[in-house]
Amino acid sequence: MAAPLLALSGVSKSFGAVAALSGVRLELHGGEAHALVGENGAGKSTLVKILAGVHAPDEGTITMDGRPLVLSGPADARAAGIVVVYQEPTLFPDLTVAENIFIGRQPQRSLRRIDVAEMRARAVELFGRLGVRLDPDRPARGLSIADQQIVEIAKALSLDARILIMDEPTAALSGVEVERLFNVARSLRDSGTAVLFISHRFDEVFALCQRITVMRDGRWVSTDPVADLTVDELVRRMVGRTVSSLYPKTAARVGEPRLEVSGLTRRGSFEDVSFTVRGGEIVALAGLVGAGRSEVGRAVFGVDRYDAGEVRVDGRRLSRGDPAAAIEAGLALVPEDRRQQGLVMELSVERNATLPRRWSLTRLGLLFGGAERRAAAIWTERLQVKAARLSDPVSTLSGGNQQKVVLAKWLATRPRVLIVDEPTRGIDVGTKAEVHRLLSELASEGVAVLMVSSELPEVLGMADRVLVMHEGRLVADIARDRADEESVMLAATGQGGRR
Amino acid sequence: MPERARRVFGSWDAVVLIALVVVSVAGALAIDGVASPRFWRFVSLEAIPIALIAMPMTLVVITGEIDLSVASVLGLTCSVMGQLWVWGVTSLPLIIVLCVLLGALLGAVNGLFVTGFGLPSLAVTIGTLALYRGLAYVVLGDRAVADYPIGWTTDAVAPIPRTTIPWVILVVAALAVVFGIVLHATPIGRGLYAMGNNAEATRFAGISVRRTKFWLFVATGAMSSLAGVFWTLRFASARADNGLGLELTVVAAVLLGGVSIFGGRGGLVGVLAAVALLGTLRNALQLAYVPANTLTVVTGSLLIASVVGPNAVSLLRARLRRRRAGAAPAASSPR
Repeated sequence: MAAPLLALSGVSKSFGAVAALSGVRLELHGGEAHALVGENGAGKSTLVKILAGVHAPDEGTITMDGRPLVLSGPADARAAGIVVVYQEPTLFPDLTVAENIFIGRQPQRSLRRIDVAEMRARAVELFGRLGVRLDPDRPARGLSIADQQIVEIAKALSLDARILIMDEPTAALSGVEVERLFNVARSLRDSGTAVLFISHRFDEVFALCQRITVMRDGRWVSTDPVADLTVDELVRRMVGRTVSSLYPKTAARVGEPRLEVSGLTRRGSFEDVSFTVRGGEIVALAGLVGAGRSEVGRAVFGVDRYDAGEVRVDGRRLSRGDPAAAIEAGLALVPEDRRQQGLVMELSVERNATLPRRWSLTRLGLLFGGAERRAAAIWTERLQVKAARLSDPVSTLSGGNQQKVVLAKWLATRPRVLIVDEPTRGIDVGTKAEVHRLLSELASEGVAVLMVSSELPEVLGMADRVLVMHEGRLVADIARDRADEESVMLAATGQGGRR
Repeated sequence: MPERARRVFGSWDAVVLIALVVVSVAGALAIDGVASPRFWRFVSLEAIPIALIAMPMTLVVITGEIDLSVASVLGLTCSVMGQLWVWGVTSLPLIIVLCVLLGALLGAVNGLFVTGFGLPSLAVTIGTLALYRGLAYVVLGDRAVADYPIGWTTDAVAPIPRTTIPWVILVVAALAVVFGIVLHATPIGRGLYAMGNNAEATRFAGISVRRTKFWLFVATGAMSSLAGVFWTLRFASARADNGLGLELTVVAAVLLGGVSIFGGRGGLVGVLAAVALLGTLRNALQLAYVPANTLTVVTGSLLIASVVGPNAVSLLRARLRRRRAGAAPAASSPR
């Protein structure tokens, strides 16, 4: 094989006593897409930050075209042709798409006036090369995350990027958007750019990349062509042990209807949604992003109001738009957006973990010092949350552990109906399996579980039944034994037969 | 130093308390009259209405809102109180009840605009600041009602037996205990901090953010009116311009007390200490014949210090923690 475009060898980086990376190596070749996989905390993000010039390595060398490369800041990285597209791009919302692409280096006419026409024409040309349609004159505000990423990639292209790093770009994208992003990445790759792709989704890794590097605990584990690897082998290398199963679904005795939703309508979001979840059942709510799945979960729980229909828990009707009453009735919602909706990031782990049930911890209406800590300790231990101290802000925890705190917070309320919205988004494989085992356990204890998920393997692996939504309507109810990728995707794209 | 001690002495509350002690001692040594019992009587009388309003204001600011109409609520209360006397209402308890109800109503109007229509409290209460003060002039014009029974006005400022401190300070203390417990030791208080940091996540935890904030505005209005009743009786004069500009003193005390203007941080101890500190400083400087303009400059500087101070303290602590952990100070944490 030809000499690599970019090579890292023996790269180490420590933060205080914590070694984030030790002796990592990586080789990127032009015209090749390279996947970087590993659990959360494996050091992927630190590696990306070193390549982006944000952090300087303590040890090791970086070479580009065989010459040593010193990156003492993000500007150096950009000058060397290294561009990073993050999961959530940060565009200037009030500037146009074209202005965002050329920010700080706008084409100029005489007297340093910005040449708007030229800028616009170059933006159109860039989008043409990427094969996407985007209006260069619209403001960035209101662009979908997928479109924002396209703008970032166009920016990369305009900078003549030789190395494109994509850090979990697909976590918030729908299937169609992922496909478009991949087409763009492929066309860049085929024109000689080296692509480094970081993702937790194996199907994407196998669809896009030629080689895979696995990292674990800040160390390099292996680099192989995709053809030589299976998903099981990849998982084993990532966690360093054999994961018995990613989807430990056990059959549970299905009991009485716990959650009954009928004719639920919220104008502009979803219409006439009816379904039942029984105790012991895990029911998945599948569909494309924007189909209205999360909105249904939020309306059922009461954080959003609905215009028509009713929700019953154990036969009792819930009042509209009243989450406190829903919690009282035994409902719990683990929301989609952990940082905005699931947790108060600045508050401590113990305050977060006891927030919904703080009234039940009082004596004479008062919360004495230890009550919250003791209650939080029980559940954080049961879920094996790794936190130095329960009084630390929850923002100091890793993503997987934060998700466990959200789960602990709601499991502590002893729910009879649990709604989980994207329960494993952005968390590593090991924690994923734990969360799945937990859901399975809860179901076998008689809890009714409604799981909103965009990950098909998760839907198919965990659900007793799959409900599929398309454009705000429930279009299919598929039993476990008949559910497969094809039937779910057909229904989700609106091509399946109505039930 | 043990962990607990460091937490206590390293807090902003402690900084304000220490500043209060330093100012008191230095004042007593340097300025003639500060050591006298009469001085502390005047500081107390001045601090009482500010403390009454600052307590509910602390809760409001912790939830990320603000109420700038408090001084106008106080003024309107004074006008109405004067008009009630003119109309021949001679029962003081009845007058107090009516005034507090009026304050609650005025607060409810604020709360309705903020929580019902989702408007920013800063804009709403700047509006009602002007509106309520205007109504105060409508009710009483530029008259002053000053013919209250002498017994009412002397009772209001009567000292605790064998001291010079007015007995109303005991009412303030009792209310402080109530507010302190609500804020720091009840589920309600936990909810206030949560919604000040992240209202959406708080809603997802089943806490009604809007209802809570509504009642906080009601409480702030009621307490402002109570302060208005005290104000009228203390000066034996109900006027429409009573307490003009007091809202800035209250907000200054709340911020100097360590409450974050962005919500989610702060406590009642620091705020009460700040009320006392501002009152002591002002009166001491007055005794030293410092001109009024200079006093304003001092108050303003303290306000700036209060915004910079807690940030500087937490920055310093974070740096010390990193130093102890042995990391380079410039490195950000790994993710």
